[in-house]
Amino acid sequence: MTISSYTERPGSGIDEAEGLSVPWSRPSPRRKGISARMISAVTILVVLAAWALSVRLQLVSPVFLPSPVAVWNKFIVVARDGFVDATLLQHVVASLGRVFAALVAAILVAVPVGLAIGISTIGRGIFDPLLEFLRPIPPLAYLPLVIIWFGIGEPSKILVITIAMLAPVALSTASGVRGVSQERIDAARSLGATRAQVVRHVILPSALPAILTGLRIALGAGWSTLVAAELVAATRGLGFMIRGPVPGHGRGDHGHIGDRGHRLRARIHHPQDRARARPVGGTRMKRERKGE
Amino acid sequence: MPHLVLDPHLVLDNVSIHYEGQPAPAVERVSIEIARNDFVVLVGRSGCGKTSLLNVAAGLVAPARGAATIDGRPITAPGSDRAVVFQNDALFPWLTARENVAFALRLRGVGPAERARRADELLALVKLTDAGDKRIWELSGGMRQRVGLARALAAEPQFLLLDEPLGALDALTRERMQTTLLDLWTASNVGVLMVTHGIEEALVLATRIVVLAPGPGRVVRTFEPGFSRRYASGEAIRTIKADPAFAAARGELTDAIFEGEAA
Repeated sequence: MTISSYTERPGSGIDEAEGLSVPWSRPSPRRKGISARMISAVTILVVLAAWALSVRLQLVSPVFLPSPVAVWNKFIVVARDGFVDATLLQHVVASLGRVFAALVAAILVAVPVGLAIGISTIGRGIFDPLLEFLRPIPPLAYLPLVIIWFGIGEPSKILVITIAMLAPVALSTASGVRGVSQERIDAARSLGATRAQVVRHVILPSALPAILTGLRIALGAGWSTLVAAELVAATRGLGFMIRGPVPGHGRGDHGHIGDRGHRLRARIHHPQDRARARPVGGTRMKRERKGE
Repeated sequence: MPHLVLDPHLVLDNVSIHYEGQPAPAVERVSIEIARNDFVVLVGRSGCGKTSLLNVAAGLVAPARGAATIDGRPITAPGSDRAVVFQNDALFPWLTARENVAFALRLRGVGPAERARRADELLALVKLTDAGDKRIWELSGGMRQRVGLARALAAEPQFLLLDEPLGALDALTRERMQTTLLDLWTASNVGVLMVTHGIEEALVLATRIVVLAPGPGRVVRTFEPGFSRRYASGEAIRTIKADPAFAAARGELTDAIFEGEAA
């Protein structure tokens, strides 16, 4: 029996799952009254209202803080018409594809590494210093190196994201493994389990909640790394949408982006506002144009 | 001495246990022999090394001196001929009760259908016929220990090692589980080594009680109460407990446990 064949516990709904839950975790008693979902919905509405209100009161120039309605309309436009040679969906798919490819790679590498750290002294001796070395380095720091080594294509982007995901997955797995109750392991051994069987049938399922937590943290780390990687080198993806195409790069050079001042503004504004970017009349822009 | 004379199977011979970093040994020169059909109970105050001795028999702890053997072979590792049941059930919460019971069979590569059939038999033996599909967290403490016992029996052990299996249960459940244990023991022809804190429990269950004293752990007395044989031959548990001989044995055992206390 493998992990994938666990059946979902009865009555497991998203609304009652607080934090991470595995199929065999005890269901939390259902509380009556207002649900967390309701409160969350109200919270979001309040934030939206505050946003709309501050736009209405013109606390910030609408160029820098467009109203929720304007943002929504722009979203519709980008979703329908696309952005620089690709639809919004294609950009999203490109980004998600990279993150999930990296997630699979990270699971394949980091879960065994975490098991090794948690189970054996030798494994801990080998992998602990490597992980502790890798962990504090911001992905953007090794991104140029990875691009130099592996080129500007898809593999290097996935590799950078994978590296960012390794440490959280491996460390969570290791701590999950170390937390497995000795009694459980002893019980399995006294029932005739070999070392490998203990790992497969006892340690891995016991550590699964911790592994899932690690994956969740890793997805967060991977997502922010993705945006960074796409900012540097990509023609598609959500990170690319933040930066926009590089003019004179031979592709995606849209006519409406003219001189450098416009380009700068387009970067400052959200790309969604690019189409209707008008000169703000800020002195900074003028000075910059003079300086050219 | 109602003790059946059989070849001793599980033998702890002059066993001393010394944990690393401890100034004194936890157990010194303890010898215990357990035959099939024996129900040996270790009692004694905290720190007398009851659980340590059980772990030596299980192969989870290596003795510093002395030898632990089963049928003359030295015990070097845990094995399914000596299945252990722990106080905190140690069941696998990602499996159903039936899958827990079938665990040992799965390790041996027994097919799913045969596994389920055998597991259901054992669940019936511990009176949990309808609980096979339940998750562990759906079961009460007593039911979990029944699953734990059935899981141990599924390994077809020669010996059952019980580490305070009823310690976490409430008094009423505990009492019922005692008869369940006796029924299992008579039905399955295994030798039992059990650790407990319960004086009455020891008297009800044991064919032999080994009283240990701490500092370092050593045997101070051995009793052969014989009440469990009376239960096995059909006498009701209440009648046994109401017997004045039971009360007398209880007093004697209590004295033995607290004997060295004043010193």
